Amino acid sequence: MTVYVFDGSLDGLLTSIFEFYERKPGKVALVSSNYYEPSLIDDALEITADEIKAKRVWNGLKKKLRADWLLRFYKVYLSEDAQTFQQLFDFACYIFDNPPGAEQNFGHPAVIAVTKMDKSVNREKHRMKAFIRFQETADGIFYAPIEPDYNVLPLISNFFKNRYAGQRWIIYDVKRKYGLYYDLSKVEEICLDYAPEIKSNTPFLIGEKLEDKEGLYAILWNDYFKSTNIPARKNMKLHIQHVPKRYWKYLTEKQ
Amino acid sequence: MSERIREKLQILADAAKYDVSCSSSGSNRKNTNKGLGDASSSGICHTYTEDGRCVSLLKILLTNHCIFDCAFCVSRKSNDVQRAAFTVEEVVELTMSFYRRNYIEGLFLSSGIFKNADFTMERLVRIAKKLRLENNFNGYIHLKTIPGASQELLSEAGLYADRMSINLEMPTEAGLKLLAPDKSHEDVKKPLAFIKDSIIALKDERKIIKHVPKFVPAGQSTQMVIGATPETDMEIMYSADQYYKNYDLKRVYYSGYIPISYDDRMPMIGSQPPLLRENRLYQTDWLIRFYGFEVQEILNAVHPHLDVDIDPKLSWALRNMEQFPVDVNTADYKMILRVPGIGVGSAKKIVMARKFAKLRSNQLQKIGIAYNRAKHFIRCADSVFQLNTPDAMHVKHEILSGSSSKYLKIPQNQLTLF
Repeated sequence: MTVYVFDGSLDGLLTSIFEFYERKPGKVALVSSNYYEPSLIDDALEITADEIKAKRVWNGLKKKLRADWLLRFYKVYLSEDAQTFQQLFDFACYIFDNPPGAEQNFGHPAVIAVTKMDKSVNREKHRMKAFIRFQETADGIFYAPIEPDYNVLPLISNFFKNRYAGQRWIIYDVKRKYGLYYDLSKVEEICLDYAPEIKSNTPFLIGEKLEDKEGLYAILWNDYFKSTNIPARKNMKLHIQHVPKRYWKYLTEKQ
Repeated sequence: MSERIREKLQILADAAKYDVSCSSSGSNRKNTNKGLGDASSSGICHTYTEDGRCVSLLKILLTNHCIFDCAFCVSRKSNDVQRAAFTVEEVVELTMSFYRRNYIEGLFLSSGIFKNADFTMERLVRIAKKLRLENNFNGYIHLKTIPGASQELLSEAGLYADRMSINLEMPTEAGLKLLAPDKSHEDVKKPLAFIKDSIIALKDERKIIKHVPKFVPAGQSTQMVIGATPETDMEIMYSADQYYKNYDLKRVYYSGYIPISYDDRMPMIGSQPPLLRENRLYQTDWLIRFYGFEVQEILNAVHPHLDVDIDPKLSWALRNMEQFPVDVNTADYKMILRVPGIGVGSAKKIVMARKFAKLRSNQLQKIGIAYNRAKHFIRCADSVFQLNTPDAMHVKHEILSGSSSKYLKIPQNQLTLF
C-alpha cells in the first residue's frame, strides 16, 4: 500500500490530499511523521507541507462545503489524533468525488467518523470554557494552566477575549507548551520559558506571586462548593462523569 | 473580616441550595466598554457538586431571615437555624471576583422575606442594578420574583436580570394550602403574567424602535417540590403543562423533597428523596417540549402515574404497539422521534442520511441510536420480514433484561410514605 507521511500540520494534511489527486496512486494510508514506523512492504512518500497546494485544496473544499462544515474540518484536525488524520483524508476525498451535499450522508463511514470526532472536540472545547480557573497574580494578570485532551486553545480564544475584555490573562496549555496572552487589546500566542507548574506537583501558583486576596477567594469558592452540595442526594458516579478525574488537579474546588 | 464572610456564605449558600434551577442559558448580553462578562447562550456548568448537580451560578440568599413559616422550607420562621444577611457590597464583590476567576456564569439571587415583599425585592434589584451600572457586569443574573412585590419594582428588576423565577412550591393549590396556608398560586400567577406581558410588549416595540432595553432575555422559570404532598404524576405534569402554555415558561423544575422537618404532614427526616420519580418527571417534561408529545398521551386517568421500571417514552410505545414498527426509511420525522432509543439528533441524521440510500441496521448503530432498545420498534433495509406485531410484555422483558437502571439499586420507599 502507498503510505503518505506528513508533518502533522494542517497544511501538510491538505498537501497530502493535493498529491493524492495529482498522482492517483489508488488507496493511500496517511500517517503523521510522529506515528510513522517504516515497513518493507509499504511504498512510503514523504509529503512536504506546501502552502500553495494546501490553499488550493482548502478552496476546493470551500466550494463544496458550507462554512460550518469547513470549521468542523478544522476542529476535527485539532484532535491531533492519528486515526482521525486518515478519516479527514478519506472525508475530503469523499467530498471531492461526490456532488455537493454529500456531507449530509450521515450513514457514510467518513461522515460518521468526522461527526463523531467533531462532537468530542466540541465537548473538550466546552469543558475548557467551564473548567479553566484563573488566579490573579501580584502583577494583576489572571493566569490559568490547562491540559486539554485536544488542541482547543484556538477555539476558545475569542470566547475568553470577549468575556474578560477588561483584565489581562494568560491561558497556558501545559501539555503542548504554548499559551494565549491577552493584553487588553489583542490575544497573542506565547511560550513561557519558566512555566511554574512544571517544577511542582500542583499547577497552582502560591505565596508572593499572587495578589493579596487571591487566597481568600479560593477558600470562599471552596466553601461555596461544599455548602451548595446536598449530601442526601450524593451521587459520586454522576459527579465523576461530569467532572472526570483528569481535570481535578486544575480545579480550585477539588484541592 | 474573612471569617465572617466565610460564615455568611456557608449559611446563605446552604439555605439557597434547595432551589434547583441553575441554568445560565438563553441570554445574549454582550460585553461592552471592556467590562466583565459576556453571555454564553447555551449556558455553562462550571463544576458539579458531589450530588451530581451542575454549578453554574453563585446561588445565594440575600438573607435567610423570613417572616413566613412554610413547612417545607428550611428558612421558615419557626426553624432553629443560624441566620445571616449579606450587605449589597458583599454580594457584588463575591459575584465580581468569582466571575473574574471563571468560577461562575453569574449570580442567582433569592431571599427570605424580611419586613415585606417590596422591601425585599428592592434590595435584590439594588444589587442587580449596581452590578450592571456601576461595575459593568455582563454575566448572567437570575433574580427571584418576590410574591407580592410591586409592578414598578418588577419592571425595574427585568431591566437588569437575564432570568426571573417565582416558585409554585407545591404542584397544586391544595398541596400548597396544606403546608403554607399564607401562600396561594394566585400570588405566583400575577407576577408571571405581568413579566410575560412586559416581555411581549417590549418585543413588539423592538420591531419599531431600534434601541429597546433588554428585558428578562432568558425568560421565566418556576419550581415545584415533588413528594412532600400526595399529588399524582398526572396532577404534577398537567399543572406544569398549563404553566408552560399560559406563561411561556422556559423551564419548570421538579425538586424531589429533601426532608428537613419533623412536621408530620410531610416525609420524615432521613427518608430517601424521590430521585427516580424526579427523573421520570423530567423525562416527561422533555417529551412534551422536544419530542412532540401531548401530556395527555403520557399521563391520563387510566395511567395517572409514570412507570418506575421503564422511562415514559418506552412506556408510551408499549401501550401503543399498533403504531409500530416504524420504517425509518420512509416514516415521518415526527414518528421517528417517537421511537424509544432515538433522540432528536439521531432522528435528524436519519432523515438526512436516507436521502442517499436506504439505511441498514449497522449504519443506524453508528449514527448513535440506542439500537438494542430501538430495534423492537423499527424496520430498516435489512430487517427480516415479521408476520405479527410483537407482544408488548415480551418486548418490555427483553429490554429490561438487557439493562439495569441505576435507580433501582436504591430502595424505593417513596410510595409508602402516605
